[in-house]
Amino acid sequence: MTTFATATTIDDAVAAVAGGARPVAGGTDLVVGARQGKAPLPESLVAIHRVEALRGIEPTGQGLRLGALVTHAEIAADPAIHAHFTALADASAIVGSHATRACGTLGGNLMNASPAMETGGPLVCFGATVELRSATAARTVPVAELFTGPGATVASADELLVAVDVPQVADGTGSAYVRLEYRRQMEIAVVGATAVVALEEDTVSTARIAITALAPTIRRVPEAEAALEGTSADTGDVQRAAAAAAAAASPISDVRASERYRRAMAEVIARRAIDAAVTRARGGSVPIPASGSAA
Amino acid sequence: MKVAATLTVNGFSYPVEVEPGASLLAAVRDTLGLTGAKEGCDDSECGACMMLLDGKPVNSCSYLALQAEGSEITTVEGLANGGELSPLQVAFLEHGGVQCGFCTPGMLVSATALLGTNPQPTEDAVRIGLSGNLCRCTGYDGIVKAVLSVAANADAV
Repeated sequence: MTTFATATTIDDAVAAVAGGARPVAGGTDLVVGARQGKAPLPESLVAIHRVEALRGIEPTGQGLRLGALVTHAEIAADPAIHAHFTALADASAIVGSHATRACGTLGGNLMNASPAMETGGPLVCFGATVELRSATAARTVPVAELFTGPGATVASADELLVAVDVPQVADGTGSAYVRLEYRRQMEIAVVGATAVVALEEDTVSTARIAITALAPTIRRVPEAEAALEGTSADTGDVQRAAAAAAAAASPISDVRASERYRRAMAEVIARRAIDAAVTRARGGSVPIPASGSAA
Repeated sequence: MKVAATLTVNGFSYPVEVEPGASLLAAVRDTLGLTGAKEGCDDSECGACMMLLDGKPVNSCSYLALQAEGSEITTVEGLANGGELSPLQVAFLEHGGVQCGFCTPGMLVSATALLGTNPQPTEDAVRIGLSGNLCRCTGYDGIVKAVLSVAANADAV
């Protein structure tokens, strides 16, 4: 039997969570998972979708603050995210279908902690942090340290993710998220890669490269970043960085792809992500989502 | 234990009593008797259950009925204006967008949402936008043509 309450304030929500309730926002993982038979609905639910304080995308002076309830549709349509955090727009634009994107939230996407989810790679590469709130405390955790394994995070059961802070990027930065997919909608990465590339003159000053659905958690690959930094990001440089990203993969075989296929595709997808990020950093146009018709 | 709630569907308010874990689809079909929206896959893959929640598309099979309290729900039954079919419904009939009909309510609701956010979609945008809705009969061509014809007519007006 399930009990259900609707919170309208963050205090109400964290109090319910402290009492053992699990939060539900868009339900696009929790309720779908129950329908699929992955896990039954929790005994006690607190709906947080009416908590106004968890909404909105706001500039902070140091970057953007996204409330936990910001939907993928909102991210994919936000001009500031298009301009500065393009890889995040790439990611949210391809989550599920337009119904999933209208309901599904950034907070839920992160806390579901799938190693195949789309927004994690971009947020890790942008150096984003999350604010976790309990009834008695609040703490800030880098997204890079949030995930501990498939479906697992460092958050304790009484903590609620309330916001995501994405720090401003340097001028001359381009970014992209690309995934391998079988279907245009209702898909999740078979293999994914994120690249955030900053150019000074024509040289890569900073590179951030992460792999998705290729390891127990989404992770950056320092060897790939080192292979690109200091170069002019020509074809050979991009190829070497993509190969380094693929070399860090430790994929599994599952219903969507074999380990061998994922390994073979890792380099291809990483190369496409880096190419798209470099093109954007140079001022060229790559439509959002980068995984679209061209991929 | 069932919980009392009020659901607003197609402009009418209905008092209902539902289990906390009940889906919006189950509440609308089984409790209210509005059987337009269909249960296909029951886990958000096929789009047959699609409704609008405050104008935005939702896979109602995987959305809790109690979370919909306080929102305006639209089902396929709410797309027609009185006895008059919406332009999109007429276009589906004219372009052969309906065969067995099982996906049609979800397709119509999904396409209504798509045209709401993008009134002049390209063919590619229609195909991508509707690819969360599966149809096993039509091959999609009639459906896509129907949606594009409504977009074209809107342009002409």
